[in-house]
Amino acid sequence: MNWLIAVLQTTLFVILAPLLAGWVKCCKCRLQNRKAPSVFQSYRDLLKLTYKQPVVSEQASWLFIKAPYIIFSATVLAATVVPLIAVDLPTSASADVIVMVGFFAFARFFLALAGLDVGTAFGGMGSSREMTISSLAEPAMLMAIFTLTMAASTTNLSFAIAHVLGEGLVLRPSFVFALAALILVAIAETGRIPVDNPATHLELTMIHEAMILEYSGRHLGLIEWASQLKLMLYGVLIANIFFPWGIAETLSLEALGYGLLAIMGKLAVLAIFLAIAETLVAKMRLFRVQEYLSFAYLLGLLGMLSHIILEASR
Amino acid sequence: MILVLAYCAVLLSFASGLLALMMHQRHNFLALSQYWLKKSPDSNRNYELVIDSSLEEKQFLILLRQAVFVLLGLSGIFAVLAGLSVLISKEVVTDQISLGLPWLPWHVRFDCLSGFFFLIVGIAVSAVSLYGPGYVNSYDESQHPFAVLGLFTGLFVAGMLLVLLADDAFFFMIAWELMSVASYFLVAFQHENSANRRAAFLYLLMAEVGALAIILGFGVLAGFADGFTFDALREAKLSTTWASIAFMLALLGFGMKAGIVPVHVWLPEAHPVAPSHISALMSGVMLKVALYGLIRFCFDLLGDVHWQWGVVLLILGTISALGGILYAMMQTNLKRLLAYSSVENIGIIFMVLGLSMIFMANGQPQLAALGLLAALFHAFNHALFKNLLFLGAGIIQHQTHQLNIDMMGGLIKKMPKTSVLFLIGCMSISSLPLFNGFVSEWLAFQTALQVDVLDNGVLRSLIPVAAAALALTAALAAACFVKVFGLIFLGQPRSHHCDKAHEVQDKGMLAGPALLAGLCFLFGIFPGPVISLINGVSGQLLGETLPNDAALGWLWLAPVSANQASYAPPLVLIGALIAGGISFWYLRRNPTTALRRAETWDCGFGGLTPSMQYSSSAFTMPFRRIFAKVWIVDEQIDKDMHGAMNQDVAAVHYQLQIQDHSWPRLYEPIEHGVNALAKLVGRIQTGNIRLYLSYSLATLLLLLWVIS
Repeated sequence: MNWLIAVLQTTLFVILAPLLAGWVKCCKCRLQNRKAPSVFQSYRDLLKLTYKQPVVSEQASWLFIKAPYIIFSATVLAATVVPLIAVDLPTSASADVIVMVGFFAFARFFLALAGLDVGTAFGGMGSSREMTISSLAEPAMLMAIFTLTMAASTTNLSFAIAHVLGEGLVLRPSFVFALAALILVAIAETGRIPVDNPATHLELTMIHEAMILEYSGRHLGLIEWASQLKLMLYGVLIANIFFPWGIAETLSLEALGYGLLAIMGKLAVLAIFLAIAETLVAKMRLFRVQEYLSFAYLLGLLGMLSHIILEASR
Repeated sequence: MILVLAYCAVLLSFASGLLALMMHQRHNFLALSQYWLKKSPDSNRNYELVIDSSLEEKQFLILLRQAVFVLLGLSGIFAVLAGLSVLISKEVVTDQISLGLPWLPWHVRFDCLSGFFFLIVGIAVSAVSLYGPGYVNSYDESQHPFAVLGLFTGLFVAGMLLVLLADDAFFFMIAWELMSVASYFLVAFQHENSANRRAAFLYLLMAEVGALAIILGFGVLAGFADGFTFDALREAKLSTTWASIAFMLALLGFGMKAGIVPVHVWLPEAHPVAPSHISALMSGVMLKVALYGLIRFCFDLLGDVHWQWGVVLLILGTISALGGILYAMMQTNLKRLLAYSSVENIGIIFMVLGLSMIFMANGQPQLAALGLLAALFHAFNHALFKNLLFLGAGIIQHQTHQLNIDMMGGLIKKMPKTSVLFLIGCMSISSLPLFNGFVSEWLAFQTALQVDVLDNGVLRSLIPVAAAALALTAALAAACFVKVFGLIFLGQPRSHHCDKAHEVQDKGMLAGPALLAGLCFLFGIFPGPVISLINGVSGQLLGETLPNDAALGWLWLAPVSANQASYAPPLVLIGALIAGGISFWYLRRNPTTALRRAETWDCGFGGLTPSMQYSSSAFTMPFRRIFAKVWIVDEQIDKDMHGAMNQDVAAVHYQLQIQDHSWPRLYEPIEHGVNALAKLVGRIQTGNIRLYLSYSLATLLLLLWVIS
């Protein structure tokens, strides 16, 4: 039964991810005085891509063709770890939050390799920049997460969320810092403005898009889906770690339905904030990203220190 | 019985070295065989033919080479067996060999810690002996005699095994020197290049300075003990000051061998010039023997560890890990890059070892056991994947005749098997889930996150920062190995040699790396068995095992408690297969959407050339800019101008030199100091014999005065 719900939760994750991306796009269009596409446009795009014949470069090796499946599966695996509608599911015990970061690294490793595989300048450029940004973002992210795991004294996300729930609404300075750090990291890792712009293919600025320039058809679809999933994963992480209320603690149908509604509501609000931020802020120069990410790291460190100095039991 | 296995391993490696010396004794063999044939009357014709043909010049060489490597492989297998049997039985076996001076027999002790390192050495030596015969074929016998290579390889392996067996300071140092000197000759094997001679000399110099420090460290211990056996040294009661001095000496000595920053400079010089299977042994195994020495010295001989020592190890380890990987990233020589990456991994091991010491000194032996476990497991993993990568580098060098990664590319299509093996190595070293590198890194993080039990506020904030540095190291390692794999195997070939390269023909050269790659994956999915073996080591060494012994199943990994953290790699693998399988099946079901091959998109300009791809310096440019202070970067761009107003650019020359800070900051001052001192001493050397005689007389008088 528990395993069934775990599988169901992962499926929900995968299915809802394009909806969230559509919703962000929709909000952004409204804010920028444009006519918005339907919220379900992302699904139509993905479906269209699966029906198209993929064109692969003659230079490409097997790695280029297999990479989208690897990237997608690694991201789905990361999704199994994060509690979406219920805590205490068996899948979240099979891998903890460090393993989740590892899954992201796995997907990124193959994405960067795929960028280098065709032998164009764009692919290499994208890979190099992606690896740079992620290697700066990873310590910041782990710093923010360590703050949480040390407060809850577990690296298991499910238990950590249950711990936060059990404590009730306490304003912890460490959590405020960690939240800010995690938001900054999430923006960088999911390639949103001001770090990267998912809507552009401008040569000098693109990062994520440069790596996947050679992909088409179902391969492109898988990679797009994986990046939508990644956006949703970070959203759920932020929503459920710092505002876990509403998540199902018992596995009754009512609680689960309530949990689903709660997370959808929370994500919708987060998406509106993201859209506002993307509308207000301009994209920054590539070599400003390090300052941005070291600020995120600093916030994480402050969170950690305030936990150790102010909150720890002794 | 266990000790017999260990002795067999040592003797077999000696035998392989001695057999290699027979390389030029073909005629003696011929005479010997004819003598035997005459003696035995029932010798039939066939038998004679076989012997005759095997004594043909070429055949003889090949057979002898194979025999040498078979002996070496057997030595490796015996080492594995010895290690496993002592780890499983958890016995401590002691013995005395009456070699050496009459009143100083060699003491031998074989316990779990030695056994674990025997296992590491054994696996690596077995893989190398599979790989070796094919690799050494490329050497010209007249220029690079196999006798030299084989002899010193055998002595080197024997030296490493003897270090692990030693139970008194004398024997330890003899074995240590055997290992160092034998490996010096291996580094100097291709001595026709002056760069190689220089690297070998640097290596010898640092090895000997390190050995001096170790001898002094033992000396400090022995000053408080009666004798030089380890048993006596264990009993020694040292004051904190003397213990700290002994620790610092040991750290300097063993750290020099292990390659900790800033005494790491011999690694990136010596590894690239040694033959690849030797660099694999040196980087994969010899550094671990130095680690063994440090663990034996600190945890076993010194006994009471202090948390300050742990902090020293933690900080040095962090610097080495970050420095190592940042330097590795900038290298274009593949083996140099791998050498720097060894510095990084040794740094990680030192970090975790430091954590273990801190927990031990703070009365948390169970967490100390966890730290030791993470350190030893990472040492084991590093031996596997670094060996694999060095052997892979050897294959690449063998097939493309170069090591410059800027000149490679596209090898995934020419060398499919090598590329898969190398990819597994790259994934393990980048600590991606499902591979062994990840498990040890995960354990390291778990150790660092237990910091809440400490009382000291500084430590409580220092350790999480170190953990974040570990995360940065891992992320940078992933970037570095994306670069390595991407530039070597993907894209278009950047040189003629690479374009013409093909898969290596020798089966053994693939079997060795394949064995290691298989183990990397196996222990990534089922780390349980190795972890329970290491648990025995910490049980014997620290007297404590993991907090959560029961959780050491094959499926779950929950070192502290299931509530705190758990990781089930088999389940993750199953999940990955399901997710990948479903998407693969769903998307490929429609035959009309089979993929089509077309030209690469070239922005409509046409004519993509290999030189338009990203190179190593281009790939690492953002890092070079962000971490600019870490290196001494010398970047030169020269433009050749021509045309009417001398304004057209005909060619652009780009030069990039990356230098290590430790040379101008540390070594050059030392060099200047030594030179200045030598000049001072030189003043008394006038060349006048009468003056020298009066020096002797003065010395004699002085000594007589001292004695009286």
